Amino acid sequence: MTTAPVPVETASAPISRPRNLTRWLSTTDHKDIGMMYLALGALFFLIGGVEVLIMRLQLARPGNTLLEATTYNEFFTLHGTTMIFLAVMPMLLGFSNYLLPLQIGAKDMAFPRLNAFGFWLTAFGGIVLYLSLLEGPPDAGWFAYAPLSERPFSSSLGTDFWAAALLMMGMGTTLTALNIIITTVRYRAVGMGLWKMPLFSWMVFVNSFIIAFALPSLSAALIMLEVDRALGGRFFQGGGSPVLWQHYFWLFGHPEVYIMVLPAWGIISEVIPVFSRKPIFGYEFVAGSTVAIAVLSFAVYAHHMFAVGFARPVNLAFAASTMLIAIPTGIKVTNWVATLWKGSIRMTVPMMYAIAFIVQFTFGGITGVSFAVLPIDWQLTDSYYVVAHFHYVLMGGTLFALLSGLHFYFPKMTGRMLSEGFGKPAFWMITLGFNGVFLVQHALGMMGMPRRVYTYPDLPGWGALNMFSTVSAFVLGLGLVLTLINIVISWRMGRIAGDNPWQAWTLEWATTSPPPRGNFVRLPPIKSSRPLWDLAHPEDPDHQRPTRHDQQGKGHIRPEEKGHEQ
Amino acid sequence: MSAPAVLPTLQPASPLAVPITTLTYVTLEIGLAVFALVTGLTFYFIWRYKHRGADGEPPQIFGNARDEIIWMLMAAGILVVLFVLTWTTMNRIDPQAGQDGTPDLIVTGHQWFWEASYPRGTNPSGMGVVSTASEIHIPTGRKLLLEVGSADVIHDFWVPQLARKMDAIPGQGNRLWIQADKPGTYLGACSEFCGAQHAWMRFKVIAQTPQDFQAWLAKQAQQAAPPPPNQTDVEDGAGLFVRQGCGECHTLRGIGARGKVGPDLTHFASRGIIAGGVLDNTPENLRRWLKNPQAVKPGVRMPNYRLNDAQLRQLTAYLETLQ
Repeated sequence: MTTAPVPVETASAPISRPRNLTRWLSTTDHKDIGMMYLALGALFFLIGGVEVLIMRLQLARPGNTLLEATTYNEFFTLHGTTMIFLAVMPMLLGFSNYLLPLQIGAKDMAFPRLNAFGFWLTAFGGIVLYLSLLEGPPDAGWFAYAPLSERPFSSSLGTDFWAAALLMMGMGTTLTALNIIITTVRYRAVGMGLWKMPLFSWMVFVNSFIIAFALPSLSAALIMLEVDRALGGRFFQGGGSPVLWQHYFWLFGHPEVYIMVLPAWGIISEVIPVFSRKPIFGYEFVAGSTVAIAVLSFAVYAHHMFAVGFARPVNLAFAASTMLIAIPTGIKVTNWVATLWKGSIRMTVPMMYAIAFIVQFTFGGITGVSFAVLPIDWQLTDSYYVVAHFHYVLMGGTLFALLSGLHFYFPKMTGRMLSEGFGKPAFWMITLGFNGVFLVQHALGMMGMPRRVYTYPDLPGWGALNMFSTVSAFVLGLGLVLTLINIVISWRMGRIAGDNPWQAWTLEWATTSPPPRGNFVRLPPIKSSRPLWDLAHPEDPDHQRPTRHDQQGKGHIRPEEKGHEQ
Repeated sequence: MSAPAVLPTLQPASPLAVPITTLTYVTLEIGLAVFALVTGLTFYFIWRYKHRGADGEPPQIFGNARDEIIWMLMAAGILVVLFVLTWTTMNRIDPQAGQDGTPDLIVTGHQWFWEASYPRGTNPSGMGVVSTASEIHIPTGRKLLLEVGSADVIHDFWVPQLARKMDAIPGQGNRLWIQADKPGTYLGACSEFCGAQHAWMRFKVIAQTPQDFQAWLAKQAQQAAPPPPNQTDVEDGAGLFVRQGCGECHTLRGIGARGKVGPDLTHFASRGIIAGGVLDNTPENLRRWLKNPQAVKPGVRMPNYRLNDAQLRQLTAYLETLQ
């Protein structure tokens, strides 16, 4: 540090806080809430993971009798609901809560108590979902298609618990999203323009708009479903329309896919530049394409419904919008790859996860485009090919980004480094395990295996591929257990991290690890999206770069940098 | 009968499925090329620009608007090609099916079996009465108009080698075309989660030459043969069928059973599989099924009638005569 940071008027002295359970129950600090979201997500990820391992055991060979049909259906309903609403979303919201105020130089969220309320709603939603075990868990799938989810076909209270849980979690998430929007708009530090925000904050900001507009569609549908179930309404049954449920559900459900991937993209957009020792390639394009995706995400939802029998124009319109959304998504991937170009690449554990993310997310994105090619969708929708596709996006993509973020931000959150000795073998087990589980499922889908089946006939190849998938799932599980052990051990005994162990450039690294209450004692001057680069390189600060958009097509390269070779 | 195809989505047996396979290969090739480019560059850059101990920071490159536009246009170009191929292929495999006119075949999803009926059976006596389950017979070489419906929840009709898939939605008759070039057996399955036994809602499409198909249809149109004389088990079985109230749920033309919940059993013994493919139709399996359907296919609508061994023998003997 060559320049003394300027004091911030608003920074207050850390307040002493109680060190017991009361603290966690009563906290309104965004960092505590972020950690609690992460812990909640991790706990339910464990539960959802155990559920799926049991399902994989059931599917290991044809005609297996480990689980009964209904039990298997309950398992996959709980697995899907848990992973989406109680594992992935809380973990992403955890990072958002923890990092956004730090990245934009704010003391806390705009409404700290509302923030805590949002967390507890989500947590209680999780409890309500699992209280259904007392009455018989929901078994109509996480998508609860009517009329299967209606009283005549799902008479247990499980589906009602499920709907109540989703309403609670949806409300909590919506409140948190509004909080994030207002915090971003109103509480950025002096100098932190919208176009100087770190990309993670950018994506979390845009993501909050998607949440605020998409979740009401789910909430409305859930209330209509409950009117049907509890009061004998006729929204989706008995003269109502079963397809209407799908419209409401996917109008939420497809934006939900982006809700689960935007913050993950944000993490990747932070990690890759730091370990390439370069700024992100095309900052404006990475940020701007996010807005395009947010808008388009509401216009593609019916590609989940290509088999319901729409007329040609409807099908074609949604195929076109689905292909269109591949362009802003592709922009992100190309910019991440271009960031590696001429970098000075450090293959740390977070970087390894980020690279695996690029490869796997690209693969999942490409198989996703194949569903926009309608005739292919007419073959492969609701087959194992779909299971493989969206796990490549949500697990190979989002979960790998979360693991990258975990290894990247753990030092900031705990003050200690995660061990690479554990981290690297865990990475390889998780990566090989993951690809082993899901790569073969593309083939199973093409072989005609429908999804959501508790067992299958002994057709040629089906047993062998399923067995391979099951064995790989346990390798993946072991890798995740190793990661958990790494967290526990490193939290107590890891190497002390210091403020900025990765020499990163954004504001969260300008404070102590972990940051004090109120986050910053002093803020550095903010004149670009990399304030700490500017601080460390006063001779070459970002904001003195000649132009944002170079007209000669050479990028923002200074003459002396041309032809630079390592 | 030849063995079923291992990769049915890539082994089409119908002019309505061949273009899907072609398009799948084209998309796969384009997709793999893009994937190879992205991963190739990623790994090349990692190898080429890995930190090897040099001091200082690399050149700080912020981006390049021209490059961004170029790869945006490249992506758009690929997608335009895919969209055009999508549109033209749709027109070939899914010509707009008219909503009026009688379909050749009505397929109805039930929890958990497929029912097929033939509203245009050419044999006048068979018209509108033939109903079969889990095995759908069609004549080869002709495009058939199929209407897919549901008696309860949403199902999905999927025979990868013969046609696109189509949801079976209660209150909404979806229409599609189906065709088989060559006689053979083509596997199908329900492809939309529909409750406890979604896994055992499998079926077969049996394509026959038009002559064989007509013969089959004429035979199916007949009423069930009366129990042959001097076979007490069969006669007792027929009596048991009536006394146990099997006709509340099953149709069996010839003895006045008109139930609509379970499959039509008029020509039960002519079928190779029972209960959505969970068992092959052999006397031994049938006996096992009748002894306790809930043990074979838990959740199935058919209750356990707690038949004793003699009753099981009689009922099996009777049902096996229903050729």
